[in-house]
Amino acid sequence: MNIFISFVLAIISSMLIDNVVLSRFYGICPFLGVSRKVNSSLGMGIAVVFVIILATLICWPLYNYVLVPAGIAFMDTVAYILVIASIVQLVGLFIKKYSPSLYKSLGIYLPLITTNCAVLGVAQSNTDQGLTFLNSIANAMGTSIGFLLIIVTFSCIRVRLESSNTPKAFKGLPIALICAALMAIALVGLQGLFSGIKL
Amino acid sequence: MKREKGYTKKNFLKGIIAENPLFVSILGTCPALATTKTIEAALGMGILFTIVLICSSVLVSLLRKVISEEIRTPAYIVIIATFVTIVKMFTNAFLPELFSTLGVFISLIVVNCIVLGRAEAYASKNNVFDSFIDALGMGLGYTLAILSMALFREILGTGAISFGKIFYFIPYFKLQIIPKNYALSIFQNPAGAFIVFGVILAVIAFITNRKKEYQAYLARQEKIRKAEEAKKLAAQKVAEGGNK
Repeated sequence: MNIFISFVLAIISSMLIDNVVLSRFYGICPFLGVSRKVNSSLGMGIAVVFVIILATLICWPLYNYVLVPAGIAFMDTVAYILVIASIVQLVGLFIKKYSPSLYKSLGIYLPLITTNCAVLGVAQSNTDQGLTFLNSIANAMGTSIGFLLIIVTFSCIRVRLESSNTPKAFKGLPIALICAALMAIALVGLQGLFSGIKL
Repeated sequence: MKREKGYTKKNFLKGIIAENPLFVSILGTCPALATTKTIEAALGMGILFTIVLICSSVLVSLLRKVISEEIRTPAYIVIIATFVTIVKMFTNAFLPELFSTLGVFISLIVVNCIVLGRAEAYASKNNVFDSFIDALGMGLGYTLAILSMALFREILGTGAISFGKIFYFIPYFKLQIIPKNYALSIFQNPAGAFIVFGVILAVIAFITNRKKEYQAYLARQEKIRKAEEAKKLAAQKVAEGGNK
């Protein structure tokens, strides 16, 4: 039971309190680039959830059972980026074969995921911090769902911003960044939510 | 291919102003927001980034005839990841303070879109010297851009500029610009990073809008002048016709 509770708490804390985009700054490029429409941001978010969890499932054992025993732990970044690039390729092929309609909506975002820092960032920080396998998965799930949540919320705000009357110089990206700052302030309010809970 | 005069200079300067990777192309935003808490960290990030960019651009340019079209993206990624690993190990050995401050963001240079973008768009098509100059300009442009962000964030957030914590060989000094009680600590938080970036982009948009408006104004004036001239000419012709 204790493990289960700590698992859930780890997910929530990496999802909201230490949000991937707004406080750890991973994946800002897709966050700004693919958030003009709600649909495309939803597609991107789901694809990222998929790839981050898969990448963690492969990278953690790869590091602990292959790279460390072989004495080449310093090659972790090279290994991870290769794993991620091939996962993205495979996921693309798999979806194309079994669900062409999903592929049509996700297709163009799949290659972009390779260069999404959230994927490599999660894999790298999991092993850098020496997390256990279960905690790594919790971190991956929380991070990716947090990314999905924030990018969809942000795209809803941006759709409204398009039609609102902003100063000319702030049109487009600048005002979106100010909105992201306000979202970050809102999430700061959740800090220390679990500090009273002892496990 | 014939080289126009002054190409090298133009090639170098374009990365700093006209095609600044951060402020104009909006690439490489993650480290720009994450490592600009202090000027020192931003400077360290900029230097590491520039080294990786130059090394990978030169190597990609050297190998541009060997790497075939189909496998070029994975090949570039491996080249970049190798240089990042080398840089990471050097940083860990010689500047451990910088290594712990930047943390995972040193590894994340691999997925920085600027490095891959320059390899793909420039180094794979041009010779070694041009690629080197291009990478140097882009790297310097990026470094200056994140330094300017860090300048605002550190001065507004802590009220001071300090040096010597990360680069331990420089004697430590601290220059208090704003009294400490008036510093706005929000600029040290993630929210402040977004605000500073947004405001800088807005200022750049303001300047470019002004320039465009001025040019449009000049074009309009020119048009009016030409129309008046044409009118005068027509009037002259009519007058001449009357004389006949």
